[in-house]
Amino acid sequence: MNPRLIIPVLCFLFLSCNQKSDKLPILGNREAVTRVVDGKTITDTIYQTIPSFSFVNQDNKVVSERDFKNKIYVADFFFTSCPSICPVMHRNMLNVYDKFKDNQDVKIASHTIDYKYDTPEKLKEYATKLGIEGDQWEFLRGSRDSVYTLAERSYLVAVNEDANAPGGYIHQGWFILVDKQGRLRGAYDGTKEDQVSKLMGDMETLLKETDE
Amino acid sequence: MNYARYYTNGKKLYDVHCQNCHGSDGQGLGKLIPPLTDTTFLKKHKSEIACWIKHGISDSMLVNNVLYASEMPGNANLPDIDIAAIITYVTNTFGNKQGLYDVSEASADLKKQCIIIK
Repeated sequence: MNPRLIIPVLCFLFLSCNQKSDKLPILGNREAVTRVVDGKTITDTIYQTIPSFSFVNQDNKVVSERDFKNKIYVADFFFTSCPSICPVMHRNMLNVYDKFKDNQDVKIASHTIDYKYDTPEKLKEYATKLGIEGDQWEFLRGSRDSVYTLAERSYLVAVNEDANAPGGYIHQGWFILVDKQGRLRGAYDGTKEDQVSKLMGDMETLLKETDE
Repeated sequence: MNYARYYTNGKKLYDVHCQNCHGSDGQGLGKLIPPLTDTTFLKKHKSEIACWIKHGISDSMLVNNVLYASEMPGNANLPDIDIAAIITYVTNTFGNKQGLYDVSEASADLKKQCIIIK
C-alpha cells in the first residue's frame, strides 16, 4: 500500500470512530405511543420515569422529585445499622461524591429502608460521620410503603424486612443512575469498585448528553 | 512456620468477615468505623480483641483520637483458632507488628475477659 495514504486513512478512521456516540441505554419499562402528525404516523417511545415522591432528608427538609429535576443522580437503598454491604457501598459512593462534589447537575439519593430507627437526626449523624455536608448527597427517610414501593417498582431494587438477615433487612446493593428526565440509565453493583468506576465514567457521558 | 499459617489464614478470614467494614487497608470508614492502624490502641487492648471479634462491641472507644460510638456486630460462630488467626493478621498488618497470637491465647482471653452486654 502506498505509504503516503496511511496517514489520511488513519485520520479518517479516527474521526469516524469519534463520531460514534457512546449513548447510555434507557432501562425499565417502555411503551410505544403512536400519533399522527401532518398525515404521517409517528411512533414515540415513552420510557418509565421515577414518579413523584416526598421524603425528609437529614436536615429535616422535605425533599421531592422536584429537587432532582434537570439533574442526574445516583440512588441506593441502605440503613445506618447495616453490618453487611452498606459500609462497602458507601465507601464506594464516597468516591462518587468526591468526584462530583459541587457539581450542580449531580446529586446522590440514599434512601433508608429502616423507617423505624433511621430518623433524620440519625441520618444526619451518619452523614456527618461519613464526612458529608450540604445537600448534594441526600439521606432520605419515608414511610415503609413509599420507600419500598419506589425501590421495587421504580428503581427496580429489591428490599425487604427479614428477621434472619444481618441487621434485620435485606436489600440489593445496586446504584441506579437516573438522568435529567427521571429515566433509568444504568444499574451498578455498589459493592464492586470496578462497577462504581464504570458508573463514574457513565455519569460523565450522561452529563454531556443533550436532549433528543 | 506456625506464624505464617496463622497469618495467611487470618488474611483469608479477614477478607471474608472484616474487610467489608474495616477496609482492605484497615482504614475503616470515616468516623463511622474505626481503622485498625492505631498501633498503640491495639497493643493496649490486645487481650480484649478476641472478645470484640466474637461478641461485637456496643461501647464507644477512642481510636486515633477519634471517638467511635456505633455498634460492631459479633461473629459468634467463629472458632477460637479462626479468631486467633484474624488477630495475628490484624496485629501484624496495617502498620502493626506484634508477632504470633495463637489459639491458646485466644481461648484464655475469651474465657477471662468477655463482658457480654445483651
